[in-house]
Amino acid sequence: MLSIKDLTASINDKPILKGINLEVKAGEIHAIMGPNGSGKSTLSHVLSGKSGYEVTGGSTTYQGKDLLLLPPEIRAREGVFLAFQYPLEIPGVSNVYLLKAALNAVRKHNGLDEVDAMDFLTLVKSKIKALDMDEKFLYRAVNEGFSGGEKKRNEILQMAILEPKLCILDETDSGLDIDALKIVADGVNSLRSPDRSFIMVTHYQRLLDYIKPDFVHVLAHGQIIKSGGPELALELEEKGYGWLEDGQVAA
Amino acid sequence: MSAALTAYTASYPTVAATLPGVALEGLKKLRTDAFAQFSANGFPLPSEEDWRYTNLSALQKKAFNPALSGINPVDAEWLESYQLADAWSLVLVDGHFRADLSVLAGLPDTVQIMGMADALMHHPELVMAYLGKAVANHKHGFIAFNTAWFTDGVWVNVPAQQVLEKPIQCLHIVTQEGGLTTTRTLLVLGENAGVQWLETFVGADVGYLSVAVTEAFIGQNAQLTAYKMQCESAKAYHFGGLYIQQAPQARCTHHNFAFGGLLARSDIDTDLQQAAQCELNGLYLGVKRQHIDNHTCINHNQPDGISRETYKGVLADRARGVFQGRVVVAEQAQKTDSNMSNRNLLLSADAEVDTKPQLEIYADDVKCGHGMTVGQLDEKSVFYLQSRGIDEVTARNMLTFAFANEMADKITLPALKALLLGQLLVLFPQHGYVD
Repeated sequence: MLSIKDLTASINDKPILKGINLEVKAGEIHAIMGPNGSGKSTLSHVLSGKSGYEVTGGSTTYQGKDLLLLPPEIRAREGVFLAFQYPLEIPGVSNVYLLKAALNAVRKHNGLDEVDAMDFLTLVKSKIKALDMDEKFLYRAVNEGFSGGEKKRNEILQMAILEPKLCILDETDSGLDIDALKIVADGVNSLRSPDRSFIMVTHYQRLLDYIKPDFVHVLAHGQIIKSGGPELALELEEKGYGWLEDGQVAA
Repeated sequence: MSAALTAYTASYPTVAATLPGVALEGLKKLRTDAFAQFSANGFPLPSEEDWRYTNLSALQKKAFNPALSGINPVDAEWLESYQLADAWSLVLVDGHFRADLSVLAGLPDTVQIMGMADALMHHPELVMAYLGKAVANHKHGFIAFNTAWFTDGVWVNVPAQQVLEKPIQCLHIVTQEGGLTTTRTLLVLGENAGVQWLETFVGADVGYLSVAVTEAFIGQNAQLTAYKMQCESAKAYHFGGLYIQQAPQARCTHHNFAFGGLLARSDIDTDLQQAAQCELNGLYLGVKRQHIDNHTCINHNQPDGISRETYKGVLADRARGVFQGRVVVAEQAQKTDSNMSNRNLLLSADAEVDTKPQLEIYADDVKCGHGMTVGQLDEKSVFYLQSRGIDEVTARNMLTFAFANEMADKITLPALKALLLGQLLVLFPQHGYVD
C-alpha cells in the first residue's frame, strides 16, 4: 500500500524529517508515537500534500505511484485521507455540500457516475447515524461553531463517506473527552477492512486502547527510532519517551 | 472647463426644452439652479473628500449624448431574465418610461405608481413637494447634473396603512452606445405603509453613462425594503444615489449588489429620526479593471435610532473597490445603537480596496462599533478542501462564493435571490475561474 524510504523533508531549510522508513500493507494499522516536535505532524502533512514542506530526499510509493508527485486533491481521489488535528471551519459552505462535492470528485476520478441528491442523502444519513451525529450538522457550515469532539466526528464522517484506502489520523484523540473518543474510535473501527490501512499519529497511548494497532513506531528527532507491536505503546505509557531519546543520543 | 463639460452646457438650452415639467415654475427654478452649479463645478473631483478614491477624469474628457426614446429595440432576453415575474414593474429604456413594457395591473387604486414625466403632468404639486427634499443640488456634481438633466424616472406614492404584498421593480435598461441616461425617482411611503422596492440596472455591451437619483421618504412606522442590483455593461459609467428620509420609527433595509460597470459609484444616505432603524447591506464584486465605489452615510439625528451596516467586497484581477461608511450621531441622538462592518477579499496581487469608516459622534450615551478587514483566501482552508478531493480552482471558487453568498442569503425575495445567485455563479463557476 505505502512504502516510505529514507524520506527527508524540511521547513524553511530546517530539516524536520531525517530519513523515515515505513512499510504499510493493506489492512494494517500503524501507530506513530513520539514526543512533541518529533516530526509526527510533518509526516502526515507531507503524505497528504500540504504546501510549505520541502521534500529533500527519499521516496514515497503509494499503490505503485510516486505519491509526492501528485497534487493534494489527486492523492485524496486516489484514496489518501488525512483526518486533521485541527479541522478547518469553512463559513458559508455547508457540510452536506462539501461531502457531496468531495464524494463526486472522488467517484469521477475513479470512473464512477456522480451520485444524485437523493442517493447521496440516503448514504449520508446512514453514516451520520452510525457516528451518533445529529442530522442538523449536515446543513451547518463546515465545522463552524462545532465543538472539538464534533469536529473530529465530522472528520470521521467525511472518511466514512469517501471510503479511502489509506487513512492518516493526525492526533485525532487530542481535545476529545472519553465519550467522544469512544465514538470516534468506534467509527474508525467500523471502517477497518482488509484493504484499508491506517496510520495513526498520536502523542498518547489512550487512543490505542480503543483502536488496536498492529504496529507501533516511535518517532523522535525526525527518525523512527523503535518499532514494535502494541506492547511498545504500553511501555511508552509507563516509561515515557525519555529512555528512547537518550538511547538515540548515545547511539 | 473640460471639453465634456463645455459640450454638456452648450447643448443644455436645446435639451432643457425637451425635458418634462418645463411649464412648472418650481421645477424650472430647481433645474436652473442645478445647471448653474454643474456649469460652475462639473462632476466631482478627487479633491473632494467623498471622492478622493474615485477619479472621474474619463468623464471630464468624454461627453455622452442624452439618449432619446425609442431608438433601439429592447432585447427580449433582458426582460425575460431581469424582470421579476411576481412583481409590479416599471421599465425605463434609455432613461424614458415605457408603459408598454411595464406591468402595473392589479395595483390598489390608492397607490400612485407611474413614470416621473407623467407624474409631473398629473400630480405636479405633490411631486414638487418632495423633489430635491432628500438631497440638495449642491451635495455634489452628479446631483446637480441629475436635477438639471433628468428625462424621466419613477413616482411611487403609497398612502398610509397600505402594505403592498408584491414588490415594485424599477428596471433601467440602456441600449445606446455613447448614450446618457438621467433619471429621477421618488418613493413616498405614508405612515405604517410597507413597500418592497427593487432597482435593477442593465445595459447593452457598449459604453454609456447612467445617472440615477432616487429620493425616498419613509413615513412614521413605515417599512421600506429596498434592493439595488447594478449589473451595468462592463464598459459603462454608473452613478446611482439613494437618499432616504426616515420618520420616527420608520424602518429601512437596503441591499446593494454592485457587479457591473467599468466605473460605478453608489451613494446610500439615510437620515434617521427618533427610534428609526436602518440596515444597509452591500456586496461589490470587481473583475478586470472595474472600479466600484460604495459610499454610505447614516445620520442619526434623534435618540434611540438603530443602524446596522454590512458591506462585503470581492476584488479580482486589477479591480479596485472603495467603501466609505460614514455614521454621524448628532448631539441629541442619545441611545443610538450603530454597528458597521466592511470585509474585503482580494483575489489577486493587483486588486485593490480602499475602506474608510468615518464615525462622527457628538452624543455621549451611544453604542457605535465598526470593523474593517482586507484579506485573501485562507490557504489552510484551500488545502482542507483539496485534501477532500476538490481541485484548487474549485476550492478557491467555493470559498469565494461562500464569502459573497452571505450577502445574497439575506434576500427575502426568492425570485431575486435566484437571479442574484445566477449572477454570482457566473463570476464564480465551479470550474474555470482563475484570478
